[in-house]
Amino acid sequence: MTTLALRRTPLRRLGDLARADVLAAVGLVVLVLIVLAALLAPWIAPYPDDGGAATHPAEALLPPGGDHWFGTDQVGRDVLSRVLFGARTSLFIAAAVLVVAAVAGVALGVVAGYAGGWARDVIMRITDVFLAFPALLLSLALAVVLQPSVTTVVVAIAVTWWPWYARLTASVAASVGRRGYIDAARCLGVPAPLIIVRHVLPNSLTPVLVQLSLDGGGVILTAAALSYLGLGAHEPTAEWGLMVEQGQTLFTTDWWVVTFPGLAILVTAFAFNVLGEGLRASLDPHRRPR
Amino acid sequence: MTRSNPPDPSGLDEPSPSARTPGAGPGVRPGASPDSGGPGGRLCAEAVTLAYGRTTVVHEVGLTVEEGGVGLVGESGSGKTTLARALLGLLAPRSGRITYGGRDLAAMRRGERAGFRGAVQPVFQDGSDALDPRMRLGSSIAEALAAHHRLDRAARRARVAELLTDVGLDPELAARRPHEVSGGQRQRAAIARALAVEPRVLVLDEPTSALDVTVQARVLDLLEDLRAGRGLTYLLITHNLAVVDRLCRTCHVMFAGRVVESGPARELLTRPAHPYTLALRDAVPRIGGAPPRAAGRTDAVPAAEGCAFRLRCPLAVDRCRTQAPAPRPVQGRVVACHRAEEVLAGAARK
Amino acid sequence: MTLVKVRDLVVRAGGRVISSVPVLDVEPGRCVAIVGESGSGKTTALMATLGLLDTAEVTGEIGVCGVDVATASPRRLREMRGARAALVMQSPRAALTPTMRLGTLMRRALARHGVTGREAARRAEDAVAAVLLDPALLARYPHEVSGGQAQRFAIALAIALGAEVILADEPTSALDVTVQAEVVGVLRRLRDERGLALLLVSHDLALVSSVADHVLVMRDGAVVESGPAAEVFARPRDPYTRELIAAVPELPEATP
Repeated sequence: MTTLALRRTPLRRLGDLARADVLAAVGLVVLVLIVLAALLAPWIAPYPDDGGAATHPAEALLPPGGDHWFGTDQVGRDVLSRVLFGARTSLFIAAAVLVVAAVAGVALGVVAGYAGGWARDVIMRITDVFLAFPALLLSLALAVVLQPSVTTVVVAIAVTWWPWYARLTASVAASVGRRGYIDAARCLGVPAPLIIVRHVLPNSLTPVLVQLSLDGGGVILTAAALSYLGLGAHEPTAEWGLMVEQGQTLFTTDWWVVTFPGLAILVTAFAFNVLGEGLRASLDPHRRPR
Repeated sequence: MTRSNPPDPSGLDEPSPSARTPGAGPGVRPGASPDSGGPGGRLCAEAVTLAYGRTTVVHEVGLTVEEGGVGLVGESGSGKTTLARALLGLLAPRSGRITYGGRDLAAMRRGERAGFRGAVQPVFQDGSDALDPRMRLGSSIAEALAAHHRLDRAARRARVAELLTDVGLDPELAARRPHEVSGGQRQRAAIARALAVEPRVLVLDEPTSALDVTVQARVLDLLEDLRAGRGLTYLLITHNLAVVDRLCRTCHVMFAGRVVESGPARELLTRPAHPYTLALRDAVPRIGGAPPRAAGRTDAVPAAEGCAFRLRCPLAVDRCRTQAPAPRPVQGRVVACHRAEEVLAGAARK
Repeated sequence: MTLVKVRDLVVRAGGRVISSVPVLDVEPGRCVAIVGESGSGKTTALMATLGLLDTAEVTGEIGVCGVDVATASPRRLREMRGARAALVMQSPRAALTPTMRLGTLMRRALARHGVTGREAARRAEDAVAAVLLDPALLARYPHEVSGGQAQRFAIALAIALGAEVILADEPTSALDVTVQAEVVGVLRRLRDERGLALLLVSHDLALVSSVADHVLVMRDGAVVESGPAAEVFARPRDPYTRELIAAVPELPEATP
């Protein structure tokens, strides 16, 4: 009967989450390690120059061994170093896409959800148009029109990603808008923009955070796919999708060139997903442990 | 900053609203009440019809929030909460008008509207819904202060502490979030927020229904004290007739979007003239009293033609099927029932 | 025969006692009520009685319809709860499968207990009539009926399955006062005419005073007063009971 209300700092919440959900905790740890690897790549990579345009023809396609744990690629660059530098590109793309998509989607969604009426109709119809195209297809089309580059990848994916955030936020904001504290603020004469920023937005963000974390893996996969198709990052940038594309023909003979960047994509996407699922479970009031 | 010298309210209140009201004459319809234009003015619904989409929820209801307190009772779905939302300016009438100090809410200019916002405040049923769960209680109250007064940080903090004390809370609670305090404390904090703008009218929507009985009693005491101390006028929306008896001098009973009986609260509750008021009254369980009586079947939906209550009414006759009863004065109240005199004579109780 | 018999029930959570009931007996045709405010442990006591709590935290002797709740197998408990002792909650709609018509729900429930065909139809008809429900409502889905109708259907379901005792947790606090009077009327009739036993948990003293034969007043996990309802309400002995009764806002007497 009694609900025990404890004060929970975000850090303690993560602690609770870790205890409640081992898989999510593993995801969190793996992600932290990947971020650290990306940040520290220039210092921890065994051959920092190999992250860029360096070539060592004499050491091409060496199998994994003492000097090169993950082996070397066609031009003799250390695959481990390139996977580490690739983490920077992939995480940058993921972060940039999610920030752009979430900011645009949440801003439009919260207005649509709270205002309702014609504002919601207009915004929701626009998102419907974007959602009508398969994300990869739309990104492909955009990436063809724009010059292949990391920025192109970011723009192309963000354009197909924001409508989901708009839709999600609109539905949450609409239900938050019916709460008593919103009515109370309106009765106080608090202007609508302030009500949105102060009350509707903070109370609508939880599901968005969950979605962000679930989507991290999806963005990395899509970015890898675009690069793989030659529409994203290009030589000599270290990018996982691009590395897979360059190494795929060698799979039967020199398996390590394609396998390690592929594993990096897999592990990162997986980590994002289990963390997202864990967050969803722990933030869902119906499933919160007593 | 002391209580006797409160910060100047917005200053946007019209000094003399009554000066401009006589012009409202031709628009007055049945159910409308003329404006008295006292200090701050009265809150009135004049022949108000309210609808969500195509569903009309309130039909041409007239009501004045008068000194001494006004109760609005009825079952869920009777339209009482919708009417309250309209009186708070949260919902625009489909037809008719809501006036404050004789001025139509819909026609108010910015400054007047701010004055209205500062004068009419809500207190909702559930403090956990009425307070932003992410805000500390102090911030919620400070937000209300900031909406109508210019105060520096220290003065605002002092005023928040003062308001919390006024509603019987420890000022320390300002640092807590809604889920960190009890239900009674939340409701007191919600009252403190409403008081922050120094209102004249409080619209109380089931203010104690979610509370334990001992807590409810203390919150009712607080509401009585505040009324005496601050000259507040209450509009009380509730299903609890005993609470109406305690806080209200006048009572309106709503059924299916219409006011079926209104008059002095004590009279109406002890001697109902409408069979529905009687059914509400007889259904209330009382310690040491007769067991609650279910008069008529509650399953019946409101009738579309004739009297809406007739399918549940033990006194319904042919006339009730064909002719919707118009509100008419009966022994000091207004009743919408063809057989009100017989109800008063005790016919409905056999 | 005593349908519900509780002796020295103690429920702990994290080492702390959250609910304890020394003695509680419900006989056929009687209504026993547990009243108290939130946090008093009244709902916990009810849940423990039905064996719905983790047994590690419950001690004491609990018998419901002859079943020893503490030692009975989960299967036996389920049978007991399904048929002879029925739980009625505050919002019955939550317990009704939303995609099934009420009639189908009732038929399936009866079939699960081996009642089919003519006998099932007869029992359903009888139960629906006993709670004053229009039989036409059986063709509706749970969301198509009102809260009061759903609550009465939940009671009808219990009756049809042959419940001897109904354990109800705030069965009317979500309902309008007129609808509450109707549901209370139904429960009183079932008690008086069919000898149904009732264990009622509620925060509403006035409501309890209008149906209960025996009352337990709980506060902070303990029973502070227990006795015949008329006695407790007329001459409360415990100061807390007095405070509770005094706090109920009073409706003035009707003048004829």
